[in-house]
Amino acid sequence: MVFRFDSMARATFALLTALLCVGGELIVLGLDYLGIATVLMMTIEMAIMAVFMIMFMMNPAGLMPMTMIHNKRGAAVICALSFALLVVGILLAPWPRRQGRAPADPTMDLGMSLMGPQMLTMLTLGMALFATIVATVVLATRRGRYDRFGDGLQDAPPADPVRGGLGR
Amino acid sequence: MSLQLFLIVAAALFCIGLFGALTQQSIVMLMMGLELMLGGVILAAGAAWQYIAPTTADGQVLIVVAITAMALEMAVGFAVVTALFRSREIDMTDMAAELKE
Repeated sequence: MVFRFDSMARATFALLTALLCVGGELIVLGLDYLGIATVLMMTIEMAIMAVFMIMFMMNPAGLMPMTMIHNKRGAAVICALSFALLVVGILLAPWPRRQGRAPADPTMDLGMSLMGPQMLTMLTLGMALFATIVATVVLATRRGRYDRFGDGLQDAPPADPVRGGLGR
Repeated sequence: MSLQLFLIVAAALFCIGLFGALTQQSIVMLMMGLELMLGGVILAAGAAWQYIAPTTADGQVLIVVAITAMALEMAVGFAVVTALFRSREIDMTDMAAELKE
């Protein structure tokens, strides 16, 4: 339904429903912590996305039916072929048998793994999150150095309301 | 439910997301397609953990990575949309085609 609604707000909430179902299925699979984290994160994410939709979309409420897609037939063929290929692979692959039983507390297992053998993964994720914070602020700020000093960084220093740098 | 059933649902989510990412002109809708694709990856990783190797936490770590990727994709995507809209007042992929030149 996500890509069938005219209204962008309705599409956002359809996506939220789909991702809440993913979180619910994780809980069914025994991953309570990750399932609840997914549900909470997706709820907030989709709320932010709805705000951005209303800010940027030309038709957020779907009052004027319009299409904003391109190459629908080609994409449908690609996706149908991909799905068929994946289903054939899923049904024909010799999946290994389950080895062992799920631990009583998979969250503890995850924490011990992230703080032990998977520490490099955790460090990489932390650095990626930090880089994202910096990149998003740089992208979203209105007054970057090129805005203030020109494309060649050769314009006269602007009259900043508060002087930056050290020694203020 | 069996492993195959979970994986088929995950494949369906992934392919619907791929359809959105390939067809949508709006950058925000394109990001919604990417979110659906990552949702499929999360579901497949959870099913693989439960039905293949529940004693190791690798499947759970993959889910953490995918959830983080979703958050990063959305944050950077919105920042790029904000920067694009601020500089050229565009929010469609077709109108941003000149960026590739």
